[in-house]
Amino acid sequence: MFGVIASMVDGLLLGAVYGLAAIGLTLIWGVMNIINLTHGALIALGMFGVYFLTARVGGSPYVALLPVAVLGFVAGLAIYGLSVHRVIARPPLMSLLSTFAVNMVIIGAGTAFWSTSIYNLPFSVPGITWQGFTFTGAHMLAAAVAVVVAGALYLFMRHTRLGKAIRAVANNRQAAELMGIPSGRILAVAFALGVALAAVAGGLIATLFPFTVLSGSGYQLKSFVVTVLGGLGNPAGALVGGLLLGLIEGGVTPFIAVSWTPVIEFVLFVLILIAFPKGLFARGAAR
Amino acid sequence: MTALLEVTDLSIQFGGLRAVSEVDFSLAEGEILGLIGPNGAGKSTIFNLINGVLPPSSGRILFGGVDITGWAPYRVVRHGLARTHQIVRPLNDMSVLENCVVGGCFGRDNLTLAAARHKAAAVIEEVGLGEHRAVLARHLTIAHKKRLEIARALCANPRLLLLDEVLAGLNPTEVARMIEVLKAIRRQGVAILMIEHLMQAIMSLSDRVMVLNFGRKLAEGTPAAVVNDPAVIEAYLGTPDAAHKLAGEG
Amino acid sequence: MSLLRQPMLWLILGAMALFAGLPGFGGDVALREGLFLTAIAIILASNLNLMIGYTGYVNFGNIVFFGLGGYFGVWLTTMHGWPLVPAAIVAAILVSTIALFFGLGILRLRGSYFTLATIGINEAVRALVSNIDAWGGSTGMYLSVSVYQPLGGPRQALWIVYFLVIGIMGASLFLSWFIRRSKFGLGLFAIREDEDAASVLGVHPALYKSVIYSVSGFLPAMAGALFFFKNGVIQPDQAFDLTMSTEAIVMLMLGGQGSVTGAAVGAFLYDQLRSTLLTSSMFSQFQLVIAGILLLLIVLFVPGGLIGWIGERWPRLRRVLE
Ligand SMILES: Nc1ncnc2c1ncn2[C@@H]1O[C@H](COP(=O)(O)OP(=O)(O)O)[C@@H](O)[C@H]1O
Ligand SMILES: [Mg+2]
Repeated sequence: MFGVIASMVDGLLLGAVYGLAAIGLTLIWGVMNIINLTHGALIALGMFGVYFLTARVGGSPYVALLPVAVLGFVAGLAIYGLSVHRVIARPPLMSLLSTFAVNMVIIGAGTAFWSTSIYNLPFSVPGITWQGFTFTGAHMLAAAVAVVVAGALYLFMRHTRLGKAIRAVANNRQAAELMGIPSGRILAVAFALGVALAAVAGGLIATLFPFTVLSGSGYQLKSFVVTVLGGLGNPAGALVGGLLLGLIEGGVTPFIAVSWTPVIEFVLFVLILIAFPKGLFARGAAR
Repeated sequence: MTALLEVTDLSIQFGGLRAVSEVDFSLAEGEILGLIGPNGAGKSTIFNLINGVLPPSSGRILFGGVDITGWAPYRVVRHGLARTHQIVRPLNDMSVLENCVVGGCFGRDNLTLAAARHKAAAVIEEVGLGEHRAVLARHLTIAHKKRLEIARALCANPRLLLLDEVLAGLNPTEVARMIEVLKAIRRQGVAILMIEHLMQAIMSLSDRVMVLNFGRKLAEGTPAAVVNDPAVIEAYLGTPDAAHKLAGEG
Repeated sequence: MSLLRQPMLWLILGAMALFAGLPGFGGDVALREGLFLTAIAIILASNLNLMIGYTGYVNFGNIVFFGLGGYFGVWLTTMHGWPLVPAAIVAAILVSTIALFFGLGILRLRGSYFTLATIGINEAVRALVSNIDAWGGSTGMYLSVSVYQPLGGPRQALWIVYFLVIGIMGASLFLSWFIRRSKFGLGLFAIREDEDAASVLGVHPALYKSVIYSVSGFLPAMAGALFFFKNGVIQPDQAFDLTMSTEAIVMLMLGGQGSVTGAAVGAFLYDQLRSTLLTSSMFSQFQLVIAGILLLLIVLFVPGGLIGWIGERWPRLRRVLE
């Protein structure tokens, strides 16, 4: 019994990181109704960013998250200008494809430079062993960082002018423009913020598991699942969705083979999408 | 005489708003019934309820003696009840002809492609879109888009046509032209339920008029009787603009 | 209006004859292998066009049809000793039936929600198949050489499979063409333009969408059965590869969505480009990068694709290329 609870706690820790990754995706969806298919590529870039900053430059991976966030933000602005701005008002296929195209470029270049071999962060954090079960230090730290970043984002969105402007644009772009909010610039910032969050989440994941250039796509799929659990476009929901996903993963692992977890995840994903397209926590009617 | 359309106790609730409330009316074969009322009275919503775009909260809709309450829109039109949209909805990247062929193919007669093309070509001439038949619908002017709405609906060979403000936004020449089109439709024996703000058109076309206010039926009768009804005048005084119209033209 | 006077008929028959004849007469195996992949690409892209181009629903997980068809086909031929052709047909029927079932659920969703669901379905099926022990789990199934015996040994079997795939390629193009000129196709176009307006005009959207979703899975499933039969092995990661799904979309964009020839031309060009890049010493590393840049340029500047662009320049050709 204790093993199950311990596994669920560990699942929750990972879930916080999944949640952080998904916040980036859902923020962009909420503000501009675009599914950002560069998400996975940016998670991968975040992983390599932290890797090179720690393995080559030296220092703690947690400190490296800061420059990774800044670089992610800059990359986000560039991606927005290059591939998103022009297709925002066009049918969904266009933004799916333009972001997917950038994804191809990033993954292609990444594969050419770093091949698809496995990388590992050379560092370790002492864990806590209790009743024969070890809570990995890296997991606890990653969850803590994820929660802090999510909290900071919440404060930013609630209490700063920029955050409020983003929320206004997300609510109703035309109305926001009438109130004098420059929606073009806000959209760019929101997109860059979403991308930076993906990169940070990638950097955190790199502290947990070995990774390759291609790892991002798996976490992108997980982000989809989390996003749908929490409601597309709802950042707070994404964190809850992440925790929920982690809990499910942790809860079932002691009972069934690991290979069944993705089956459960994706079946759940499709079913929830069909039954509650606005997410599990949406107030009022689902459609 | 049995009615072609018989609506009883029709209501719909949107959250706290009762947009249509216990409305009863009927319409005979070949008749033109005008539906007027201030903006937001619930006129378009009644159309949405009749043709199945929205399910009513309560009430019953009989069409040709068949209970069509809750039917999906595609079933309603196949049964002979076609409509236009107040805010036009052309199939943008299809030509005027193709738009109308859709109407014919999936309307009451379930025409083949070839037959629908024939029918569409004739109807397009009738509504005066002949020279635009090959133009993509997105490139039409608003007046022409309104005509396209009507043409598409006519291709379905309806027994009853619901027209939602087809004269709004047209200039006087276009209005006169459109009234001729509507008269021609009536001569073919198609019954019409029309929402319209333009009193001149309502007065000259309608056999009867029904007034809606805050979702409720306020008055019903011949055009002349309705415009002189004190309750109607009072309702319109709430919106001076409309009252002015009513007084000036009625 | 005789069928024989339609240019499209001769375009399709000509393409089939070229694909079959060029490697067929000389016995050029390398050329055959190249064209085999091109034909598969044309099959995937032109059936995807039925969803994206005709109906306006972006199926990002379209490869699930191909992969499932492959699994059913390989399972029937190796485990149950079925002959290839009946196995491929039954595989396609099974896949279309399953698609009908999926479609009833996910086709209630619109826009990006639908697209996400198609990705989810592909991933769910991939994960599920990885757990089916009878299908070899995550390592998949291998075909023994003996399955090729009824077709006259492996060498001859490869030729037979090739010609069958050319047949399916032709069937895909004819299917696209016939649907495009049918009442059914008109209903699909109306749904693509405005689903609610289409319904008000008498089109039954739920029925039409389910049928086209199911139909768009049939020939890709057959192609999957043939592809993996020839391949000799089928594994989940290869059968349900989202990259192949998205490549099919890229091909469609390149040629131009919504037209019969666009899908085919786009698939052909993309496949030629891919093999050129792969064999070039300079670009082989950067194949994805170049394909990505190309896709971005198309989306931003030529969203109608090659056929759309030609149609704008020379409106008369539009009728011919449909
Ligand atoms: N689908 C809907 N959901 C919520 N409210 C609606 C909907 N359709 C109409 N309404 C509301 O119902 C009222 C009546 O609208 P409508 O029927 O369009 O009026 P009109 O008489 O001008 O055609 C309005 O207040 C409108 O905002
Ligand atoms: Mg109205």
